Amino acid sequence: MNELLTVLRKNVREYGMYIALAAIMAVFTILSHGVFISSRNIANLLNQTGYIAVLAVGMTLVIVIRHIDLSVGFLSGFLGAIAAISLTQWHWPVWLCILFVLVLGTCAGLLTALPVASLGIPAFVASLAGWLIYRGALMLVTAATGTIIIPNESFNALGNGYIPDLFASETFLPGLHKTTLLLGAIAIVVFIAGQFADRRRKLQYKFEVLSGGLFVAKLVFMSVVLGFITWILAGYNGMSWTIVIMLAVVLIYDFITRRTVIGRHIYAVGGNPEAAELSGINVKNITFAVFGSMGFLAALSGILFTARLKSATPQAGTLFEMDAIAAAYIGGVSAAGGIGSISGSLVGALVYMSLMNGMNLLGTDISLQYVIRGLVLLLAVIFDVMTRKRKA
Amino acid sequence: MSDNILEMRHITKTFPGVRALSDVNFEVRRGEIHCLVGENGAGKSTLIKVLSGVYPHNDFEGEIIFNGKKVTFGSIHDSEEAGIGVIYQELALVPEMTVYENIMLGHEIRRGVTVDVPEMIRKTEELLKRVRLSVSPSAKVKDLGIGKQQLVEIAKALSRNMSLLVLDEPTAALNEDDCDNLLDILRFLKTQGVTSIMISHKLKEVLKIAETITVLRDGQTICTLDRQKDKVDEQLLIKHMVGRSIENIYPPRTSKPSDEVVLEVKNWSAYDPKLGRKVLNNVNFHVCKGEVVGLSGLVGSGRTELARSLFGNPDGYVVSGDLVFKGKKQRFTHPRHAIRSGLAYATEDRKRNGLILIKSIQENISLANLQGVSKKGIIDEELDKQSALNFVNSLSIKTPGINQLVMNLSGGNQQKVSVAKWLFVGPDLLIFDEPTRGIDVGAKYEIYTIINDLVAKGMSILMISSELPEILGMSDRIYVVANGTITGELDAKSATQEAVMRLATQY
Repeated sequence: MNELLTVLRKNVREYGMYIALAAIMAVFTILSHGVFISSRNIANLLNQTGYIAVLAVGMTLVIVIRHIDLSVGFLSGFLGAIAAISLTQWHWPVWLCILFVLVLGTCAGLLTALPVASLGIPAFVASLAGWLIYRGALMLVTAATGTIIIPNESFNALGNGYIPDLFASETFLPGLHKTTLLLGAIAIVVFIAGQFADRRRKLQYKFEVLSGGLFVAKLVFMSVVLGFITWILAGYNGMSWTIVIMLAVVLIYDFITRRTVIGRHIYAVGGNPEAAELSGINVKNITFAVFGSMGFLAALSGILFTARLKSATPQAGTLFEMDAIAAAYIGGVSAAGGIGSISGSLVGALVYMSLMNGMNLLGTDISLQYVIRGLVLLLAVIFDVMTRKRKA
Repeated sequence: MSDNILEMRHITKTFPGVRALSDVNFEVRRGEIHCLVGENGAGKSTLIKVLSGVYPHNDFEGEIIFNGKKVTFGSIHDSEEAGIGVIYQELALVPEMTVYENIMLGHEIRRGVTVDVPEMIRKTEELLKRVRLSVSPSAKVKDLGIGKQQLVEIAKALSRNMSLLVLDEPTAALNEDDCDNLLDILRFLKTQGVTSIMISHKLKEVLKIAETITVLRDGQTICTLDRQKDKVDEQLLIKHMVGRSIENIYPPRTSKPSDEVVLEVKNWSAYDPKLGRKVLNNVNFHVCKGEVVGLSGLVGSGRTELARSLFGNPDGYVVSGDLVFKGKKQRFTHPRHAIRSGLAYATEDRKRNGLILIKSIQENISLANLQGVSKKGIIDEELDKQSALNFVNSLSIKTPGINQLVMNLSGGNQQKVSVAKWLFVGPDLLIFDEPTRGIDVGAKYEIYTIINDLVAKGMSILMISSELPEILGMSDRIYVVANGTITGELDAKSATQEAVMRLATQY
């Protein structure tokens, strides 16, 4: 019990986020008489979160290296329109459109980084220029046609479709998506196996590990949570492609930031750029890499959003950058640089979108919604600062 | 009632993993000048922060009696209200504002809705007279020398009618004249009934001015010495401060440098386009395998510029000349290339550009050599931990664990982390810029021992230092830099402080 308390106290910031998310979800579930937690709504919530979460992941790294990128909202809107145009007017195959837009996005990110990395121009200004430019570009490409409707089913599936059920059956577990259940089960097994392998290696090196009881409790708790989410998703149409893509992005970025050399370099540059440079890290290259990845993710976000709407509109992407920044800050990223995690930003995006989704369910007035979102952002940052102070 | 203006009783203050103060008792008599001495990390600054309310009253154990009353300060504001003025090492003045604006800051004299400038200037003049400073109240603070700024800070404290003045290392950045002046003023203020507590490392100065001296060591009060009753000298103070008398400040070296030249620099010049002038002019020197070469010179002479221009030139100087490293002509264009070739540079200011303070010991140690703990770009977490643990043990870095953030370590231990980072790279030559700046006597000895071990194993060290005894005590050979060029080479055995100074001031 004591051990549990010390672990909780040590990681109060990290766990605080998860607790807050659970609390918000519980409150909305009660207020909406269970509608919020229904399979259909959770699937919807996750699909809504997709394009913001993807942006928030990229933004987290940008903020970690002490910069900001305001251009990504309209960049994703503009690139979504490019995807729509290449599909409907140039009649490119879907895979080529997506590849083209992703490459374009990466280039746009590198372009934003250029004045920042080589001339030391503040990213705020450089990306504000991008904000204006991409907004204009979006209006320009949609000027002739207005909203571009996308008839391509496989493209739209990225935002609306679900993974096929390979084991559809009327008799075995009717009404549940069996492939999703299977994936959930695999995830749980992989998680548990990974935890055991990790523990074994740590013991080999004689490092400190959780006591046996607490370790098992952690495994059981996480398995139940994973299982519960799977169960809810399987109750509707199963996993959507958006969820698959979002999870893939989060897992890959989480791995990069925590386990790779380039991840360490990014956090070192954020923690102290001068010390990083003198430790042999090329700060310029890291800046390019982070903005490049931001552009790539903006393109991905644009694709997800366009596919979800099944069309490209002249207003697409408006204020996405602010949502992403808010999600990242709710997720615990620090403006002073060097601090912030991918999983935190995912939770931040979920908190932010849960609020939106929940309040929409309750029919809360839109003006009040903005006020509440603002207050939650403020509270999250205050909580973050307070817990950080206690630690120091 | 006693005649004590201040009594701090049974003060205990802990940080995560460290007990900074344990059961400290500290008494100051009314009207005296009381000096607080101790090594770095002994707890002097922490004690002052407890007193001034930087650490609020519920953040530590023990009680503070000020002017006979028990006080509980929740912030600096509270202690100022009570009459305690603290002047920190880093001055808290706004450089762009004038002297009178700074002195009156937060306590502006009002006249209706506007500020009463003439009255504020008049009052400032009065205060400046008390600290014997003759500058215009309308002068900007940034145009004053550091010594005068210090006096402005004292005047500011006096303007609030402080009865107890606390000065944290007031003379650290001052030259001798300014120091003497400051001490004079403290004596003068004493005649006006102001009690002073002064923290200082300069023992000569302490002996000049103190009536009572309290020595702290490892967060505990070791003794309080009364100058009238006890016979106090420098030796005694050092003994109390370190808990042992230091016979040998510099550990003896048994290894001899070889004749093999590791680094040779020929006709090396550097032009700084930002400053628009040459920072280095025709520098020639060499370093042998297993040798400690001292690089001495005054601040601004070009020592650090030389090191940085060799180490991948991160400042973007236009350089010319030859750099021969391990027998190969080189011109490193990024620190990365220098590191890969076996040249390392530990910076002079570890907090500013040496370490990443918000990251753990583990992450700092492997930062310059992540290839050493990774395969195909993926870090082997356990290997990383293991190597960090090895360094923590071999360099005896005092920490509760390798996850500890570097900012929570003392200066000496931070320096060891910095050393560990470069040792993990396995360089042939380490440029060590101010190896012992801001660390205490005990940690210095340990750093020197590490340097000796390294050269015994065949590493070469180019040591840049402002401390002449250190240069003379640790080097095999000494180069003196002045005005961007090398003005002389000395053999450390026969060199004297005077000889080095003469070369350093040669233009």
